[in-house]
Amino acid sequence: MFRIDFNKLRFLVCDDNPHMRRILRTLLHSFGAREVYEAEDGATALEMYSHYVPDIVITDWAMPIFDGLELAQMIRQPESKGNPYAPIIMLTGHSEKRRVTVARDAGVTEFLAKPISAKGLYQRILNVVANPRPFIKTKTYFGPDRRRNTNSAYMGPERRVGEKHEVLQQPSLLDKARSTI
Amino acid sequence: MAKNSARDIEVTAFATHQIITQPNPLRKVLRRVDEKDRDDDPVARAEQALASLSGEFKAWMTTEVNRLSAAYVAIRNDGFTKERRDELFHAAHDIKGDAVTFGYPAAAGIAESLCRVIEHAPDLERVPAELFTHHINAILAIVHENTKLDSISVSAELSRRLRKVADDYLTQVNRDRPEHLEVILAPSIAPAE
Repeated sequence: MFRIDFNKLRFLVCDDNPHMRRILRTLLHSFGAREVYEAEDGATALEMYSHYVPDIVITDWAMPIFDGLELAQMIRQPESKGNPYAPIIMLTGHSEKRRVTVARDAGVTEFLAKPISAKGLYQRILNVVANPRPFIKTKTYFGPDRRRNTNSAYMGPERRVGEKHEVLQQPSLLDKARSTI
Repeated sequence: MAKNSARDIEVTAFATHQIITQPNPLRKVLRRVDEKDRDDDPVARAEQALASLSGEFKAWMTTEVNRLSAAYVAIRNDGFTKERRDELFHAAHDIKGDAVTFGYPAAAGIAESLCRVIEHAPDLERVPAELFTHHINAILAIVHENTKLDSISVSAELSRRLRKVADDYLTQVNRDRPEHLEVILAPSIAPAE
């Protein structure tokens, strides 16, 4: 059984709601985290991301100035001087399937639908720490590998070619978002 | 710690894409737990810490519903603008996300219903005012007037009925907008209460 040494992790929490930031800070500190930086909008979060170089970003979706989706897209710039690979956990009140897909396509690593729970947050953090996915760069996407299974019959516009090993054994982001933990 | 140096990053190029792999930069924070440490459950510790905040939830929820009420008063007085619409949506959306944690699950359900109206009504100016006021007044009643209300079936029934009225309205006004209908009729992915 593995545990995370939270005191070695640096978090950036981005949520415009002060109550949710307080809850997140409380949860992360009680997990053992010491370094938790907070931003109340996407622009501030991006500045803090460059300055503090967090290990994990936890962001809300709906925020002023620019939102969590735009924040993810700005972090996932392959040519940026900063770190484009940091895990991004989208914690949001949005709970529609299409939102998960949009978040995934913006480069979000994990999706956690509110209401928040200690268990759900811990599991998402454990997953990004223990099971990082390779990154994929295409003409239109840069981020964690979005595929969760093999479909050799798929012939759509985003079909990748040139690989022999195509299987990634992991549940889809949507399945995980639906789970109660 | 979070970033590997460039030489650790391996890029494999294919015709349509690149696969980028690197050593897990966070591997050092994982540790195997000894038998004697298994009682120290970080999740249980966090749940306890969250419970210790619960004395503040009523005040936080009051702040949230007052924001919602003020957002709608501004619309009632001066009409919809993008900014006022966004403020109403964000206020409702925050309640949707927070209210279960704060102990008001029925308020969360009603706020979700209100969010759907704001998001999927083709013309907010033409939405019957009662649809907004019934949602907002129900949330206000649950939070302001009777904290016990949320623990009994009345508030849950109120939430269900408002959701049905809102969904019937949205289904009717979106009958020619299949992309909205699909979203309106799709099940939520939110964890069950």
